Amino acid sequence: MLGPGLLKGMAVTLKQFVESYTKKGSIFTIQYPEERREMPEAFRNFPILVYDEDPENPRCVSCDICAKECPPRCITIVRDRDPNGAGLKKPKVFDIDVSVCMSCGICEEVCPFDAIFMDKDFELSAYDRMESLNFHKEKLLRPNSYFHKIRPTDAARIDANLKAKQEKQAPTPPSGTTT
Amino acid sequence: MEKAASALETQMLQVNIGPQHPSTHGVFRMNVTLDGETVVRLKPVMGYLHRNHEKIAEGASYLASMPFTDRLDYICSMTNNLGYAIAVEKLAGIEVPERAEYIRVIMAELTRLVNHTLLVGFLLNDLGAFFTPTLYAFREREKILDLFEAASGARMMCNYMRFGGVKNDFPTGFMEKLKEVIANYPRFLDEFERLLTENEILMGRCQNVGILPRKLAVNASVTGPMLRASGVDYDIRKVDGYSIYPRFKFRVPLGTVGDVYDRYYVRILEMRESVKILEQAVKEMPEGEVLSAKAKTGAKSPRTFRPPKGDAYGRIESPKGELGFYLVSDGTPNPYRYHVRPPSFVNLTILEDMCLGLKVADAIIILGSIDIVLGEVDR
Amino acid sequence: METLDQLFVLLKEGILQIAEAFLPSGLLPFVSILVSITAIAIFAPAVMMYLTWLERKVIGRMQNRYGPNRVGKFGLLQPIADGIKMLTKEDIVPAKADRFGHFLAPVAVVVPSLLLFSVLPFGRNMIAADLEIGLLFFLAISSVGTLAIFIGGWGSRNKFSLLGAMRALAQMVSYEVPLVLSIVTVVMMVGSLSTMDIVEAQSGWNGFRWFIFTPWGFFGFLIFFIGSVAEVNRTPFDIPEGESEIVAGFHTEYSGMKFALFYMAEFLGAFAFAALGATLFFGGWQGPFLPSWLWFGLKTFVLVFVIIWLRGTFPRLRVDQLMGYAWKFLLPMALVNILAAGVWYYLSQPLASFASAALLVASYLLLSRLSPTGTRLEKRTYRYAE
Repeated sequence: MLGPGLLKGMAVTLKQFVESYTKKGSIFTIQYPEERREMPEAFRNFPILVYDEDPENPRCVSCDICAKECPPRCITIVRDRDPNGAGLKKPKVFDIDVSVCMSCGICEEVCPFDAIFMDKDFELSAYDRMESLNFHKEKLLRPNSYFHKIRPTDAARIDANLKAKQEKQAPTPPSGTTT
Repeated sequence: MEKAASALETQMLQVNIGPQHPSTHGVFRMNVTLDGETVVRLKPVMGYLHRNHEKIAEGASYLASMPFTDRLDYICSMTNNLGYAIAVEKLAGIEVPERAEYIRVIMAELTRLVNHTLLVGFLLNDLGAFFTPTLYAFREREKILDLFEAASGARMMCNYMRFGGVKNDFPTGFMEKLKEVIANYPRFLDEFERLLTENEILMGRCQNVGILPRKLAVNASVTGPMLRASGVDYDIRKVDGYSIYPRFKFRVPLGTVGDVYDRYYVRILEMRESVKILEQAVKEMPEGEVLSAKAKTGAKSPRTFRPPKGDAYGRIESPKGELGFYLVSDGTPNPYRYHVRPPSFVNLTILEDMCLGLKVADAIIILGSIDIVLGEVDR
Repeated sequence: METLDQLFVLLKEGILQIAEAFLPSGLLPFVSILVSITAIAIFAPAVMMYLTWLERKVIGRMQNRYGPNRVGKFGLLQPIADGIKMLTKEDIVPAKADRFGHFLAPVAVVVPSLLLFSVLPFGRNMIAADLEIGLLFFLAISSVGTLAIFIGGWGSRNKFSLLGAMRALAQMVSYEVPLVLSIVTVVMMVGSLSTMDIVEAQSGWNGFRWFIFTPWGFFGFLIFFIGSVAEVNRTPFDIPEGESEIVAGFHTEYSGMKFALFYMAEFLGAFAFAALGATLFFGGWQGPFLPSWLWFGLKTFVLVFVIIWLRGTFPRLRVDQLMGYAWKFLLPMALVNILAAGVWYYLSQPLASFASAALLVASYLLLSRLSPTGTRLEKRTYRYAE
């Protein structure tokens, strides 16, 4: 049983042991709170809602497509209405339940208005599981500049698309609160 | 309590291994009857992780099932995506662009590397090693998961394939990293083998343990490396030639005895073949789009994606065996019927046949060598 | 140099001199004993705590990890944090357990492993009790722990515990035999069971008279080392607690401080056996330049490192292979080793070394051919389908 195979195996572990002191980069642990990996641009974790200038008028027109397509159905949208009861093209309630969301990114893919995008923030833990994990509109809304910061390539592409779309519909001013 | 066959007045010992046990690979239970240390009966009990996968898919659009397939076999989400995408493409008759096929093959083979490396690591843990092989496996897996993350946005739940291609093209700088991983992998495998293959303890523990005869393997419709370890030449990549596999030159390693050692070593050899496929795929990869224009609109608005009435069965050689998706469409945005043929579930059915008469420690490594993931077994 | 070498001995004499001023001379032997006991009682838990740290650190590094590094510099306070955790944990006793046996086992397992330290020569003149039969005492006491393990496994009323306890018992009984027989050679050469005498017998020539450099000493050491790894339940012989098979074996139902005591016994046993190995085959505290206790510590450390290294590398054997290995390989080897020691002693050098080495190597090759674990190992070739 004291065979060559056993000694070979022991040589491997001893080599790793020595290299962990001598060779840089052989330890693959990342000391998380102090050290952080650089996330690739594609990394997705949890959706945010993007607005252009005014947080009151996000890109979202509360069309409900993302809520319907969301595989675990974690999005709740209620359309905003003006005092007369006519529907406005913006959400009154936009809730996403963090504890249900499975970070698939389908909401981003299906959104026809480029309003919802996946954020990279993954430190979302909270002390209670109901209210602080149900993110409301206020918490989800982020300016376009933030989106540019986290995903520059995608944001540039989306902006170009939006601009092209606007130029097509040329004269009409950008619609936000049209009734 | 039954009496054991012995001159002494003895009793059988009934032990529940699982659902919470260090080496049942999840919430799986083996109801084992022991005569001393010898297994005389073994009843697998599963279903602890059942989460209604198939019924959920019937209530969701075709696209919305894609992220759920990630969660079947959570180690190989890319191949699960691929299997489902191939089934839907068959159902709806969608063409896949050239470049997307190459991306798919690259991802599928990387997944095979991840799965087999991890399996060997966990098998060694079952054998009693103190995590060293597992952590070496994790170290290499990390590099591949970084690639997955850069391409798809997630390390494990990739959700990367789409009907008619893949979600997005590789980002800039991806190919260099990919080439590096592929170039370094054989070196890692050599090291891994130095640590394990000739280790007398591993050989003593694994050889001639849990033999699965060729005939029984075929009759029980076992697939994947397990079947090939028993000496049956059946690899769906060769048999069906799905995607663009016929273009690549690779060999299918076959075992002779069909024991745990063969199952271990066939996987090591398969990884070496996978590396060859990856090298070829990277070399030949063309430029072009990754999602056909027609498919793009389908992906953008899933409610308009309505495959014609009919049914389709799409299958691939997932790292664990034949992964099949059976879909029935009634022309609506949701599938009428959605069924998964999970390889680990089918392979698990012959567990008892392999374990009888062996020691309880053997039963553990036989279970480990089957390569199950409970997410897939229980669905 | 002399002061440094005898530092601890002088310290004890100093304490005794102070005590002489206050106490009647009749009590002095008791004070002397008390000082030794206190020293061991402080030293042993400290050793255990830092062995856990060392093990986690070494295995971590072997696995490309850092190991503990959060509590204190290099994680040096980690054992203390672990100790506090263990002490504050809930102590759970299964409802139908034999409460007395369940309680007795962890206590009974630690006491013998502490007693082992009393006959170890930690340095020149540094021994708590220089018994004439020190070696016999060590071996006798070290197997008492097995009883405690069985009490614990039986008393827990858990099937996994029972299986683990059975395995522990079978394993200890088997491995005790080659272990003792491998030591017999040393006793034959020295002609004494006292550990001090054994160390003295290896003095001179600055290390070249250590028994490890003789053929019978080399093989004897290997058998002794394998046997002692099995005695203290360390990988690859850790089947009594084989966590992948029987959860945690005999200590499945133990938590908190009781569990920590089992753990402590295991580490103290490992340390004591490494120390005994250093004493028997590596010349104990003999060595040039450094103080004797430092030499002893270094040799023990190297052996402990090897034990940890084994744990970081190997899977474990199966229970029947383990038994087969002890009875079919180690035991005959140990017997041949005794013969080889006799050959070495009665023939004249260098023929003696050559003859005994040839005898041992031949029997090693022969015995390993006979597949000691009962399984034929084969190198396989694989065919490919195109």
